[in-house]
Amino acid sequence: MLGLTIREVSQAMREGRVSPTELCRRCLEQVKSTSYLNAYITVTEEQALQQAQESQVRFLKGKPKGPLDGIPFSVKDNFCTESMETTCASRMLKGYRPPYTATVVQKLLDQGAVLIGKTNLDEFAMGSGSTDGVFGPVQNPWSYSVQYRERAGADAGWTIAGGSSGGSAVAVAAQTSFFALGSDTGGSTRNPGALCGVVALKPTYGLLSRHGLIPLVNSMDVPGILTRSASDAATVLGVLQGLDKKDSTTIPPPATPTHLPEEIDVRKIRIGIPREYHAPGLSAETLSQWTRVADLFEREGASVEPVSLPHTQHSIVCYHVLCTAEVASNMARFDGLEYGHRSALEDSTEALYAATRHEAFNDVVRRRILAGNFFLLKRNYELYFMKAQKVRRLIAQDFARVFHGGVDVLLTPTTLTDAAPYRQFIQEDNRTRSTQEDVFTQPANMAGLPAVTVPTALSSRGLPIGLQLIGPALHDTRLLALAAWLQKRLCFPRLELAGTWAEPGDVGVAPGLQGALQGHT
Amino acid sequence: MAASLVGVLAVVRNVSVKRTVRSKCLISSSHVCTRRLGASACRNAKAQVKRSLSQELVGVVGLEIHAQIHASTKLFSGSQVRFSSPPNSLVSFFDASLPGTLPVLNRRCVEAAVMTGLALNCTINKKSLFDRKHYFYADLPAGYQITQQRLPVAVDGRLSYGVLVDGSQNHVLERSVRIKQIQLEQDSGKSLRDGHRSQTLIDLNRAGIGLMELVMEPDMCCGEEAAAAVRELQLILQALGTCQGNMSEGQLRVDANVSVHRPGEPLGVRTEVKNINSARFLARAIDYELQRQMAVVESGGTVVNETRAFDFKSGQTIPMRDKEGLQDYRFMPEPNLPPLLLYDQQTAPMDADPTQVILIDQIQEQLPELPRVTRERLVKTYGILPEHSFTLVNEDDLVDYFVSVVQRTKAEPRKVIGWVLKDLLGQLKQRCLSTAQSPISPLALAELLDLLEAGRISSPAAKLVFQELWKGTGRSAEQIVEQQDLGVMRDHGEIERICQSVIDSHPEEVRAIRGGNRNVLNKLMGRVMKQTKGRADPLLVRTLLEEKTS
Repeated sequence: MLGLTIREVSQAMREGRVSPTELCRRCLEQVKSTSYLNAYITVTEEQALQQAQESQVRFLKGKPKGPLDGIPFSVKDNFCTESMETTCASRMLKGYRPPYTATVVQKLLDQGAVLIGKTNLDEFAMGSGSTDGVFGPVQNPWSYSVQYRERAGADAGWTIAGGSSGGSAVAVAAQTSFFALGSDTGGSTRNPGALCGVVALKPTYGLLSRHGLIPLVNSMDVPGILTRSASDAATVLGVLQGLDKKDSTTIPPPATPTHLPEEIDVRKIRIGIPREYHAPGLSAETLSQWTRVADLFEREGASVEPVSLPHTQHSIVCYHVLCTAEVASNMARFDGLEYGHRSALEDSTEALYAATRHEAFNDVVRRRILAGNFFLLKRNYELYFMKAQKVRRLIAQDFARVFHGGVDVLLTPTTLTDAAPYRQFIQEDNRTRSTQEDVFTQPANMAGLPAVTVPTALSSRGLPIGLQLIGPALHDTRLLALAAWLQKRLCFPRLELAGTWAEPGDVGVAPGLQGALQGHT
Repeated sequence: MAASLVGVLAVVRNVSVKRTVRSKCLISSSHVCTRRLGASACRNAKAQVKRSLSQELVGVVGLEIHAQIHASTKLFSGSQVRFSSPPNSLVSFFDASLPGTLPVLNRRCVEAAVMTGLALNCTINKKSLFDRKHYFYADLPAGYQITQQRLPVAVDGRLSYGVLVDGSQNHVLERSVRIKQIQLEQDSGKSLRDGHRSQTLIDLNRAGIGLMELVMEPDMCCGEEAAAAVRELQLILQALGTCQGNMSEGQLRVDANVSVHRPGEPLGVRTEVKNINSARFLARAIDYELQRQMAVVESGGTVVNETRAFDFKSGQTIPMRDKEGLQDYRFMPEPNLPPLLLYDQQTAPMDADPTQVILIDQIQEQLPELPRVTRERLVKTYGILPEHSFTLVNEDDLVDYFVSVVQRTKAEPRKVIGWVLKDLLGQLKQRCLSTAQSPISPLALAELLDLLEAGRISSPAAKLVFQELWKGTGRSAEQIVEQQDLGVMRDHGEIERICQSVIDSHPEEVRAIRGGNRNVLNKLMGRVMKQTKGRADPLLVRTLLEEKTS
């Protein structure tokens, strides 16, 4: 039951084969039995059951609200939820209960969807592993799978979930939620989506409201949608998209319906393979999957052609400047006065600020603030920020030129490799990791384009590999239709959990945090 | 043109009189002589004085004015805007910078800025941008202010204003100052220092209120000009309704950039005089700072580029403690607000939502009559003096009062203006009342002037009636004249009798008049007028007295 798609389980509820409360209970049980994955920061059991109960009444009356009524979902813990803790996995916001709910979350609640909990992430969504939050790292359920056990060997150790929306990806992969919200600034939804073997959509910038999403980079952030099927993602997108008076950067959605056609004809489709995405560090297995899918398209009659995005190579360094600059600006509000952590050191206002920020931000956040402020200094602004903005425009123009030339969609890898074991991942620092991991995902954020990752196959170690489709702005639904077409043909295997690893030492959670984790999950 | 040049000199002279005296003192003191001129030059001290007079230091004053936009809600949030509400009672989630909240631009604030820009002859930018200006301060919750640094909503304007030279001379000089730009930005909250408990209290009611920052080029030369420019701006804003302009409530706040130099030479180092929040102190603060800088320069010192505050108690400007040193505001484009696009009726996009479109030419058409035009109309229509039109327009509601009286009385507007400005306004000022609080309605004054015009009361009696009306007893002028017997004496015999009795009781004076001292006659006239309570016709009285003393 928990492995069904939204459409399937909604049908089951309509037919009375399962009730919303039963479904909710089973999800909550699954959350408990997979709590070692550390996917959730807060589980909202009571509210969830209450919502499920209300949904049940509607189903009994034969009047469910829509395709999401009674469907359990989870939300990355950087979306504000009224009177419910919203932490951004930071000491800064531990215990912070916002007085309002993010637009996208509210839309789901209004549709009768049942909120199971708030999911784990890198602190303030800065990271690509979901390893750098104050509540400890998220673990990839596939590293607990039968497949991984068999292929990777007994001492391989658990792997990261990817990030920064690792908790949301795990929630969907481990079948504790039917869908989840993430956020995507440089790949934060697609990266963990690929590593956890789920569908992850980064919608067109402005299509979904950011009101209530605690920002990382305002000009690139979008709420992301994680599901087990592309068709589910389209259903959720249909509910979430649209103008929001509270977010001036939202745009009107296209008039076309969001539900996907049963079948599409790929023979009229032109697929571009960006040359520059043959990046150093790309694993042979990912490359071979990329080739396999390109061949599949070609076999089915699509036109597959190489294209060039010459400025892509500058995307990461450019992103680094723009991202840190906005981070420095956005984080300036955390001074301990109005909300969040406040240091006990109150010698002066300045001393209070310094101590508060030092105590409550981790190294990653503090380093980005420092770098960002450096780039924004009057003497550096033109040299770095202005230049990065210009490069950003060139990157966007690369995409525009390719799409204008008749290419409908780009097919690329989502990540360089499958998920790294935690022990290996933490050998490099966060910045290096982000630089490496975001290479394929990040240009779409620069250009504001929709992109979706589709689970493609398992690697030789038994871990998921995903491929990415990037489309022109506002072609989100067409992109999902193509993703659905792919999914149907790829037959990505089902996750079979084999239980926890024998050695708890591998968990990698700081001892002091164990209590906090239990308290939150 | 020639007149304005003379005007500049006149104003400068007013300011520099005191200073010239001071500079003479400085040069005659031996200390200054040895340092500045050397021993040999000392002999030529007199020539030096002359030279320094011919190359007089002049003041250069530019202004930065923050005008709070008169709107019911804040610039980027739906919070109410109200003065003196309980602390932190008008704070939205956005105002408190709660994470995840986003700015939503208030249409009214944009319209107000466009309207103000048009009234100040600015070019309205069809595309303007918002930026973040970063600094840490307790009353700035987000750690940055949203402003328009790169591309403001309006640029390149001009404000014309008049300077009243020497109140008594009643002369108006036309002046103008260039407006560099008008930008939209957020107001900050307020910090209150509780020294007793050594803590700072924050009130965010003001945080996020829409401001128009108007930058005026350094085209003014003294406090008086700056004050006149600010006053004219205040009147324009009030006429437009874009800012209530009340300085004591902080709706209009002035920072002055002040420097001195010799004409023809580059501008001197400037200081910024901050937080001049009272119209009364504006001119004083600037003039103090000008004189301070002139003294510094003339004594061979250099003016330091610094921020100074005006202390109204001592009447001085004092350096402000600037702990942060040189601020780098780390400006950055505001990513949550798309560019602000404005249109004309011709260029407006056809398919756009009309609630999202602001039309510049439509606002231009809606501009109300500006103070300058009101003054010209008053001079033209009623034949009053230009300086009187200034006084009328300067006072809230006084134009309406004046026009109302003129419409109800047979008296000439030129007579009415005297009564309104001298008698009515004089009394109001003396008692710190506004025109609206006047105990004498326009109708009551009109009736009084009609009695005077019809010759039913004399001018002195009219003043007495005015005093009675001021008491606000509800009696009309007519009733007062009746009850207090203030009407002109028509009884020829009675007047003659009073004249005779005055002559009889003043033999000395009569002798003097007969001896040829005709001036003494005025004294006798005064006595008669007093005894008749000013009700006798003065011409008649004079004739009678002359007859009787010849």
